[in-house]
Amino acid sequence: MTTVAATSHVAHAHHDDRSFLRKYIFSTDHKIIGIQFLFVSLFFLLVGGLLAMQMRWQLGFPGKPMPGGGILPDTMAPGGVLLPEYYIQLVTMHGTFMVFFAIMPLLVGVYANFLIPLKIGAHDMAFPRINMASFWSALLAGLIMLAGFFVPDGAPRAGWTSYAPLSARPDLSGASYGQMLWCVSLVFLGLSSILGSLNYITTIINNRAPGMTWFRMPLSVWSLFITAILGLLALPVLSGAVIMLLFDQTIGTHFFDPVAGGQALLWQHLFWFFGHPEVYILILPAMGMVSDIISNGSRKPIFGYHSMVFAIVAIAFLGWIVWGHHMFMSGMNPTLGSSFMVSTLIIAVPSAIKTFNWMGTMWRGNLRFHVPMLNAVAFVAMFVIGGLSGIYMAATPVDMFIHDTYFIVAHLHYVLFGGSLFALFGAITYWYPKMFGKLMSEPWGKVHFWLTFVFYNLVFFPMHTLGMAGHMRRIYDPTQYDFLKPYQPLNEFISISAFALFAVQAIFALNFILSLKWGKKAPQNPWEDNGLEWSLPAPAPHGNWETVPTVYRGPYEFSSPQVPEDYLPQYRKLPTDREPARTPVAGH
Amino acid sequence: MAHATATVDMMHPPAPAERGLDVYNNKLGMWVFLASEVMFFTALIGSYIILRFGAPGPWAPPAKVLNVPVTAFNTFLLICSSVTMVKAYAAVADGETHFLRFRPFSGGLKFWMLATIIGGAMFVGVQAYEYTHLVHHGFLPSGAREGSEVAELVASGVVPAATIGLYGSTFYTMTGFHGFHVTCGVISMTYLYVTKALRGKYSRHDYRGVEVIGLYWHFVDLVWIILFTIVYLI
Repeated sequence: MTTVAATSHVAHAHHDDRSFLRKYIFSTDHKIIGIQFLFVSLFFLLVGGLLAMQMRWQLGFPGKPMPGGGILPDTMAPGGVLLPEYYIQLVTMHGTFMVFFAIMPLLVGVYANFLIPLKIGAHDMAFPRINMASFWSALLAGLIMLAGFFVPDGAPRAGWTSYAPLSARPDLSGASYGQMLWCVSLVFLGLSSILGSLNYITTIINNRAPGMTWFRMPLSVWSLFITAILGLLALPVLSGAVIMLLFDQTIGTHFFDPVAGGQALLWQHLFWFFGHPEVYILILPAMGMVSDIISNGSRKPIFGYHSMVFAIVAIAFLGWIVWGHHMFMSGMNPTLGSSFMVSTLIIAVPSAIKTFNWMGTMWRGNLRFHVPMLNAVAFVAMFVIGGLSGIYMAATPVDMFIHDTYFIVAHLHYVLFGGSLFALFGAITYWYPKMFGKLMSEPWGKVHFWLTFVFYNLVFFPMHTLGMAGHMRRIYDPTQYDFLKPYQPLNEFISISAFALFAVQAIFALNFILSLKWGKKAPQNPWEDNGLEWSLPAPAPHGNWETVPTVYRGPYEFSSPQVPEDYLPQYRKLPTDREPARTPVAGH
Repeated sequence: MAHATATVDMMHPPAPAERGLDVYNNKLGMWVFLASEVMFFTALIGSYIILRFGAPGPWAPPAKVLNVPVTAFNTFLLICSSVTMVKAYAAVADGETHFLRFRPFSGGLKFWMLATIIGGAMFVGVQAYEYTHLVHHGFLPSGAREGSEVAELVASGVVPAATIGLYGSTFYTMTGFHGFHVTCGVISMTYLYVTKALRGKYSRHDYRGVEVIGLYWHFVDLVWIILFTIVYLI
């Protein structure tokens, strides 16, 4: 306690006498916590990718021994040939790791932590120790999930959605401890998200710098704020649901067991009541950061700032009343299905507002295609494809045909990989200098971008075709059906492209790791941006500012006629600027 | 709230002039946290409502399985502890941080906070007694234990066989998680009592901890009133 209290006194000084452990491991500094999340979730991204590669081997070359598969035990892949029960574990764990331990912490854990205080002008989060607890809880959750592979009966097998009663009854799925660990892990993950969210919300409401009004906040902060509200209200529902599922597996309750009066459909309702807001948790922060990057890369103010904010709010609100569109085929009342269809289609409106605003921002801009900008533009393009395929599935009659096929696999990867992950490649490159004081290599970043962009589309676009042909979503061996046999060459093509896509990520990994040491030293404001974070040296020091900066304008004042440069930072005081009115300090 | 007497630690860094709500961070944080707690209990209670109304038969009459008078007493106890919590808050807001004063007779923060802790602990104790009792009589989360008293009630048709399993599942999950929340509250309040209240860290100028834990305490009390109504009364 006393040591923690002592460090806060020097929090605003640039010299820093904390021990290594306090500084980098058990840190309460929001930037270090963000970086910890970054390393941990990149690790889980790699794990999720490795699982996907094994799936792709089986789908492209069913029944053939996988190169290097010999190291897997006989319970998974005897002689390197994947067993069906191992394949379904791969499916389950790939989805689980990517959604809960890669994309979600990369967007929220990393960038909410790193960006919020820096962009609103706070010394740290409102509750730094709760923030640290949030990180350790997430790491614990990830390790518990990973442990699923090493327990008797192996990892869970009910898919990342863990539909009951398959997930509730070990005798049905064949997984016992793994499925329990899945539940326990998600309880800890939910705790982590709730602790993080209440921190982000409190910090944004109460700890903004003077002059940082709500409508001077960058869109990244806006989207992270709305995302935090979604996480705060959605994750506890997941916690409640997985706790009931865990009780069904362990102490013999009957929530989801129809034999004893429980309702299997209840699980789907609970899961998707959480799950659809979760979908927006996985895309809104990406949209926010892309907005920042596109405005910067276009050297123009973001087009329609207020409409961007209201679109985020509208998407988040609509996200609560559309969960039934995951359940059109579940036997739910078709009338209810129609109302879910309508509410889902309405989401296209705010999404289109955002898309057109991004294009409006770029229109006749003085475009700078630096690596973050390339990735941000790719985000917009891929999000449009993913969004359009989403409309197909929102329409009940069409969904009945393509439900649970590779069409949905294509769709979700277009928004999660094509959307969120491209935005993340951009964001990582963009804020890397503020994190580590070095720049990532620009040429290698471009090579990585183009190869990823090409291979990514080669992998996921043909999946639409497969889905239309009736290729089932979690199928082990498509060649067992005659009607899918003609599509096997396409499956093989997808697999080879997927291996290439995975391989070119090595460029990014090497660029990331090698730049830590050998990267070009970053100037204070390498992208000539307007955000408050660029008023700090790179890397930003502990405690951020000695005195927080004053904010004089919105974050997107590019190409302003008031200054000779084409950017005008929020913290720069022009002779015409007045000091913001000092509101009384909230009772700290 | 004046800043001068507050101790500075990581939770409350010196505040810059800032725009925000006129609510200090810890209080705002607790309100935000309670919003997420509402959603957690909504998941449990909502599932209960759906399972009960979609059940394959009538629901067991609460009084036949549960000991309603004992729990009614327990409910009274928890409501009393909310009253003592308010008394603790009112005392410290008036600067009355003593334990008891006899002339004139008045209880201070230390007295009322201790009374709240004892009230909460007694609630958990009575609930533990209730659980042991129920399990002893054969009422389990999975339903009725074979050969037990509750199983006989099921066999004689007093308690419907089709829903006793769901009855046990929902009863233990909802009341159990409520009990867990009360336990967390008791532990946190004991921590604040020992490290802050007893050491005189609270004053008329700074009693944030009392206010924040009070919010949590009233929330947990409110949840119990809902749970008592829907589980024990209807």
